[in-house]
Amino acid sequence: MPTFDYAPAPESRAVVNLQPSYGLFINGEFVDGSGTAFKTINPATEESLAEVAEATTDDVDRAVKAARAAYRGVWGRMSGADRGKYLFRIARIMQERSRELAVLETLDNGKPIKESRDVDVPLAAAHFFYHAGWADKLGYAALGPDPRPLGVVGQVIPWNFPLLMLAWKIAPALACGNTVVLKPAETTPLTALLFAQICQQADLPPGVVNIVTGAGPTGQAIVDHPGIDKIAFTGSTGVGKMIARSIAGTRKRATLELGGKAANIVFDDAPLDQTIEGIVNGIFFNQGQVCCAGSRLLVQESIADDVERRLKRRLATLRVGDPMDKNTDVGAINSRRQLDRITELSAAGEAEGATRWDTDCPLPKNGFWFRPTVFTGVSQSHRIAQEEIFGPVLSVLTFRTPAEAVAKANNTPYGLSAGVWTEKGSRILWMADQLRAGVVWANTFNQFDPTSPFGGYKESGYGREGGRHGLEAYVQTGGVA
Amino acid sequence: MSPHVEVRKTYKLYIGGKFPRSESGRSYAVHAAPSRAGRPGSFLANAAAGSRKDARDAVVAARGAFPTWAGATAYNRGQVLYRVAEVMQGRAAQFADEVAAAEGLTPARARATVEAAIDRWVWYAGWSDKLAQILGGLNPVAGPYFDISAPEPTGVVAVLAPQRSSLLGLVSVVAPVVVSGNTAVVVASQDRPLPAVTLTECLATSDVPGGVVNVITGRTAEIAPWLASHRDVNAIDLAGAAGADGVVWGDLEGAAAENLKRVLRPAGNGAEAVEPDWTATPDLSRMTAFLETKTVWHPKGR
Repeated sequence: MPTFDYAPAPESRAVVNLQPSYGLFINGEFVDGSGTAFKTINPATEESLAEVAEATTDDVDRAVKAARAAYRGVWGRMSGADRGKYLFRIARIMQERSRELAVLETLDNGKPIKESRDVDVPLAAAHFFYHAGWADKLGYAALGPDPRPLGVVGQVIPWNFPLLMLAWKIAPALACGNTVVLKPAETTPLTALLFAQICQQADLPPGVVNIVTGAGPTGQAIVDHPGIDKIAFTGSTGVGKMIARSIAGTRKRATLELGGKAANIVFDDAPLDQTIEGIVNGIFFNQGQVCCAGSRLLVQESIADDVERRLKRRLATLRVGDPMDKNTDVGAINSRRQLDRITELSAAGEAEGATRWDTDCPLPKNGFWFRPTVFTGVSQSHRIAQEEIFGPVLSVLTFRTPAEAVAKANNTPYGLSAGVWTEKGSRILWMADQLRAGVVWANTFNQFDPTSPFGGYKESGYGREGGRHGLEAYVQTGGVA
Repeated sequence: MSPHVEVRKTYKLYIGGKFPRSESGRSYAVHAAPSRAGRPGSFLANAAAGSRKDARDAVVAARGAFPTWAGATAYNRGQVLYRVAEVMQGRAAQFADEVAAAEGLTPARARATVEAAIDRWVWYAGWSDKLAQILGGLNPVAGPYFDISAPEPTGVVAVLAPQRSSLLGLVSVVAPVVVSGNTAVVVASQDRPLPAVTLTECLATSDVPGGVVNVITGRTAEIAPWLASHRDVNAIDLAGAAGADGVVWGDLEGAAAENLKRVLRPAGNGAEAVEPDWTATPDLSRMTAFLETKTVWHPKGR
């Protein structure tokens, strides 16, 4: 049978107009930061993309003051209908500039252009569109009597879905009448800074959205600032616990969307072709750098060999490489540091006795890369079954009975998501009841929507984002007792 | 005829549906509230002085009871909570005496407080099979998927019961925890524990499965830190930090961060903690504080 090679199909970079350096976005304009500027690089090539300002404690203070002034003077007293119209404007501009956002996201993050173009950016715009409609309807949201904004919200977001996480944070906060100070991750600040320009184009009142760039200390300055009423954080469970400790004994609120170690459970009656696609999507979407990734595959013992064979055959067809190529399935790891962590945990998997397999595909010379990898013979106590790897590494375990599958699936401090594959409806519903996880995907995986609440049980954090439930995180209501 | 010599009750803990003394062997003297004129209250009883070990045993009992209680039908849980109100009604006079002694209330005020506590069980009982419809629902996602969200109980909840309101406050914090399927480890009011112990006798005869509500009497400052830092406790209600000797609620919240417990802070501003007016009509907030939202997706297709 003849085989055909893919010709290169690169997306054009011309749509992006990169500036050599970026300041902080405070009170509606770009200003210099007081810290030490840092470079953000393209993780697929290690080329420097731009220099970005570092916000110090003083800079954060200026941003919080601007947000407070905007809250008191404009945004907190604006009608919901008018707030909604600004959010609709932002949603529309994001759609108009969607290709620019997608290309910039892929350059800064390393994710395949087909994902930034077809998932990240459209979903981000959809989040603004969805929440725009809530702004003048909060009284109908069953949030309690007289829903009111909290004030100034500090938001700290991760590097895996930079623009999408920004949208998850900013859209509901603004819809409910809060103003925000947001810190994007230090390795992926560029789409947040482009979003700042979108706020300018939308004539959003100055100070309603402030973007401060920097690393951990900048985030800590936001968390510790006394003028912040609420923290919304997405990131690691370790940092989430630090935030929870930092605000203990204060009246600051928090929503925390943290790590996961999701079980993707395959029963012997599962539709196998769809299941294999779901497993691949579950752990190799966004290079596995997804908090809800299906990183633990639990397969019923009777079909384990068959699933493993089909899975490996499918993985061999994945195209790993240039994220800007429209045919690329798996792009670059976001940073050297993350690559080191994936490498270290994978080595631990081998050292603890699991069997390692990867696709053995060629990898580019420069940049940060990790082949799609599968570990079989994994036991519950292995580090690769307990710790979040946050990379394209799948751990395969087996089970015999539904009860065993539930016990193994729930045997982790996390509880963010889970997958179930079976053609038996009653079993799906029973499993969904048993799994201690905030999102259960049955015969699908990694689906997201602005109307659908997302968030975890146990040490995967608290609060929900999206849907009516997500609004609860950004309002206060009348009740006392 | 000689007068009847009263048969006094031993006030014990309530763990896993049983009434043990504290494993520590300790007890402490409980007195009535001081009189209006400031005279110290009379001796009422020796209550069990619960220990760290008692608290841990209670967590084990609560964890063990959780799957069955959470898995019971909402209709069933509602009937069980209503049954508590029924049983309390039959002992209303005893509760009124104990509340009057504990809180220094007039007989009329004490009766009204007991009636409010009974009615609160009834109010929360009715919520059991309504919460999911109020708080859950279908999500209209942009794709061919059935997508539904519903509330579920968080798990084992530690509850610091209010220090001042020994019965109405207690019921106002325990009922919203258990109505949705959580199980509770309750630290009773330190100085006013006797109505809580009598309540456990109602719980034990109200079809509430053993372990669903566990009550420890003793020093709040001694027991609370072990519950706040316990890794098998999913949430903590700090209402009883208000007015508790030696308790800094921020420290408990800090300890609770170790496994990211859901924390219901005490009322008040800043670092202060105040006990709210429990006679106010409740809202959903004490229930929603201990609920998780689970969202389930499934494709649609022919």
